[in-house]
Amino acid sequence: MAAAGAAATDIEVVRGKRAALFFAAVAIVLGLPLWWKTTETYRAPLPYSQISGLNALQLRLMVPVTVVFTRDSVPLDDQGKLPFTVVHEREIPLKYKMKIKCRFQKTYRRALDHEEEALSLGSVQEAEAVLAQPKEQAAGSLTLYVISEHSPLLPQDIMSYIGPERTAVVRGIMHREAFNIIGHRIIQVAQAMSLTEDVLAAALADHLPEDKWSSDKRRPLKSSLGYEITFSLLNPDPKSHDVRWDIEGAVQRYVQPFLNALSAAGNFSVDSQILYYAMLGVNPRFDPLSSSYYLAMPSLPHVINPVESRLGSSAASLYPVLNFLLYVPELAHSPLYIRDRDGAPVATNAFHSPRWGGIMVYNVDPKAYNGSERPVRVQVDMVRVMEVFLAQLRLLFGIAHPQVPPKCLLSGPKSEGLMTWELDRLLWARSVENLATATTTLTSLAQLLGKISNIVIKDDVASEVYRAVAAVQKAAEELASGHLSSAFTASQEAVTCSERAFFDPSLLHLLYFPDDQKFAIYIPLFLPMAVPILLSLVKIFLEMRKSWKKPEKID
Amino acid sequence: MAATYVLKHSATTLAAFLFLSFVSSAASHIEDQAEQFFRSGHTNNWAVLVCTSRFWFNYRHVANTLSVYRSVKRLGIPDSHIVLMLADDMACNPRNPKPATVFSHKNMELNVYGDDVEVDYRSYEVTVENFLRVLTGRIPPSTPRSKRLLSDDRSNILIYMTGHGGNGFLKFQDSEEITNIELADAFEQMWQKRRYNELLFIIDTCQGASMYERFYSPNIMALASSQVGEDSLSHQPDPAIGVHLMDRYTFYVLEFLEEINPASQTNMNDLFQVCPKSLCVSTPGHRTDLFKRDPKNVLITDFFGSVRKVEITTETMSLQQDSEIMESSYKEDQMDEELMEPLKYAEQLPVAQIIHQSSIIAVEVCSWETTARAVCFSLWSSPGHRQSEWEMHDWQGGQDSRSLPRSPSQLAMSDLRDDC
Repeated sequence: MAAAGAAATDIEVVRGKRAALFFAAVAIVLGLPLWWKTTETYRAPLPYSQISGLNALQLRLMVPVTVVFTRDSVPLDDQGKLPFTVVHEREIPLKYKMKIKCRFQKTYRRALDHEEEALSLGSVQEAEAVLAQPKEQAAGSLTLYVISEHSPLLPQDIMSYIGPERTAVVRGIMHREAFNIIGHRIIQVAQAMSLTEDVLAAALADHLPEDKWSSDKRRPLKSSLGYEITFSLLNPDPKSHDVRWDIEGAVQRYVQPFLNALSAAGNFSVDSQILYYAMLGVNPRFDPLSSSYYLAMPSLPHVINPVESRLGSSAASLYPVLNFLLYVPELAHSPLYIRDRDGAPVATNAFHSPRWGGIMVYNVDPKAYNGSERPVRVQVDMVRVMEVFLAQLRLLFGIAHPQVPPKCLLSGPKSEGLMTWELDRLLWARSVENLATATTTLTSLAQLLGKISNIVIKDDVASEVYRAVAAVQKAAEELASGHLSSAFTASQEAVTCSERAFFDPSLLHLLYFPDDQKFAIYIPLFLPMAVPILLSLVKIFLEMRKSWKKPEKID
Repeated sequence: MAATYVLKHSATTLAAFLFLSFVSSAASHIEDQAEQFFRSGHTNNWAVLVCTSRFWFNYRHVANTLSVYRSVKRLGIPDSHIVLMLADDMACNPRNPKPATVFSHKNMELNVYGDDVEVDYRSYEVTVENFLRVLTGRIPPSTPRSKRLLSDDRSNILIYMTGHGGNGFLKFQDSEEITNIELADAFEQMWQKRRYNELLFIIDTCQGASMYERFYSPNIMALASSQVGEDSLSHQPDPAIGVHLMDRYTFYVLEFLEEINPASQTNMNDLFQVCPKSLCVSTPGHRTDLFKRDPKNVLITDFFGSVRKVEITTETMSLQQDSEIMESSYKEDQMDEELMEPLKYAEQLPVAQIIHQSSIIAVEVCSWETTARAVCFSLWSSPGHRQSEWEMHDWQGGQDSRSLPRSPSQLAMSDLRDDC
């Protein structure tokens, strides 16, 4: 009986040991991985290697140039070599991590009959009008016509002419090294019309650390999908001036054509408003010599801030806003002039602030005060005003004057105010800027994910990142093959996707738990379960050691 | 002999003169470059001002934040560039004996609530999550523009926080906390996306220095009102309102800022000296090791003010006049003229002017602009109050005889409230 009882307890003990071992096995093999998996932050897989590869991206900007030779422009045996292609590649020396190479692919060919006819017309403008077909020329490409050395098409000492569309005219030369010399001239003209170092430096101004202080002048608007332009009329003294302006007509006639020409660079929306009793915030000084009031240059920066809160630009839209203010000074401070650094009155009576907008002061004609009735009726001369505002708009966008080569004639401006190759220059600069921004965003996201461990990456964020990387690569390919408009669209998509991925609201890192708080959460859950398992494992192990020692003892 | 001696002498003097001029021009060139290096390189300024405590007895925290808001606006940062987060509304609080006002000094000398306060996050919207979203920019797309921090890599940002805090944390709304590690990570995320050029972080709570201990991103300068282990104390109570009006550190900072105007050249070293231990009872601290420039070259207006870069427009575009269309538009206007009656201007209520100079000037008030005041008036004020608000205020001291001037030494410690 005692033996049976002992055997029964033995079986019980063995069963107990097995049960304890099973518990421990389940806890360790199943429980621990399950707990680890369910409490880790979810990170959808991201293309980290591709993102780090973007840093070493080499941008090659190709400008396809078609060079057309007329009959007498180069010596006969050189003419026999046509058509062929020459490539001129140069690295832009910018201290930026992305290497940028500028490549001019020149396709030389002979002139066709209708081109010969057009180039023998009277003046270069007429020739231009016949030759240029803006729709057929792809964005970013250029066509250069080489005329004979003594052709009367250009004025006597002018060597080249840059037209408003993507065409230019260059003089040829009868010389042994004709192609080399002409090639050099062609490069100069082509660079002026497309890419120079300062255009790219201005585009990358925010990314280049050394130019932080000197790039004050070159601060165009940041690239964005759309822009909001607001025209405001400020009338601080409605008792004296009843100011009317035909803003709708002026926008339709002058501003809208300009914006239509720029439409490839973004969506534009225009609105206008009139503000009464809006003061400038700076008291103008009186100058007894000219019996007028003036605002000195050092006080101009303080003008903008008090007015800005009244403009309502924050309610307008999420796009960057450009404000153009027309200020009609009050009767007590009329006429009001703006003086520059040397104390001379400014001809335009206007100033602008980069990335914000411009202000123009409109003085009422003193003859209008002849009648004794107040308020005086003032009809704003919109042409004068729009001339200044559009010039400011060009400067704010960074459409600066190109570096024309010596002895070059620049054509007069088009009616819209924007030459086609100026738009191309803007698109080149914007594409490079977009690619730089997108690359920086993606690399910062990758670095952040490495540094801060509890940021969640959901699947849609991951897909945005993949799209952004693909768009960057596509944009780089398109730039290398010279398709500017598709490259620009791809670069815009890269920027939008990368910004959307970086600023997705779900990325907000989970609130941080210090270590002692983590222990405080897990101990009440796991300790009661773990203690019996550990104790029984220890007991099993000790008994096993005893049973190993026992057989030795008997023997 | 003499001739050669004279020649040699003149040659050496010429050489010396040339050398000196060369050295001085080189020195001035280097000086120009050095001066450029010391300038900040920012183009716009932002401010994020956060008050994290609610309940009436935390009046002083709201007053702290509003006085910094006022200084920052006066020095030029516009409302569109300020994100103001107030966790409770003291001006329209039912216990406020002077509705629509928040005072920062006893005798009600300075009303920091003013006429055009724009609070972006109010009441229960001030949470740790919203604060971190504002800083990192991860905001839901439906958020209006005024609630966003749209800074870029050329923005100098001022971040001011006040409330109750402890060693390594700051309490939000009596229900949650933000730790110093979360704050440091948020700043790192801002840095990675280049959302700031330079950052000035000021905190006025107990043990405030613990909040900036963990920062690791570059270009951050931090100031705190007290060291770890110290309490940051309030300034003085006002018996008429019944609560402590301001904290000591921010009170003295406000006094310091009242003397700054947009063109002043005062630098950060002066700000570090504000509120020594004798006045503040706690020891203010600062941290500048992450900041690239020397604090003595950093102007106060680099962070508290906002000066725009301006260029004169010298070019115009030439446009063609469309004379026909203009003539017809003139005719239309003339026809309209004949039909309409001449306009008369009714006697307008005077419009609020912008406060430029010192705070103690008369303010003309137009009450229909500030709906908060109108609501407060309709709900809480007696006819006597209404009348006093409409007249021009004389800020030179109040008529309240119950408030006796007391020097800091006379105040017992039990009279002070702490921010823990």
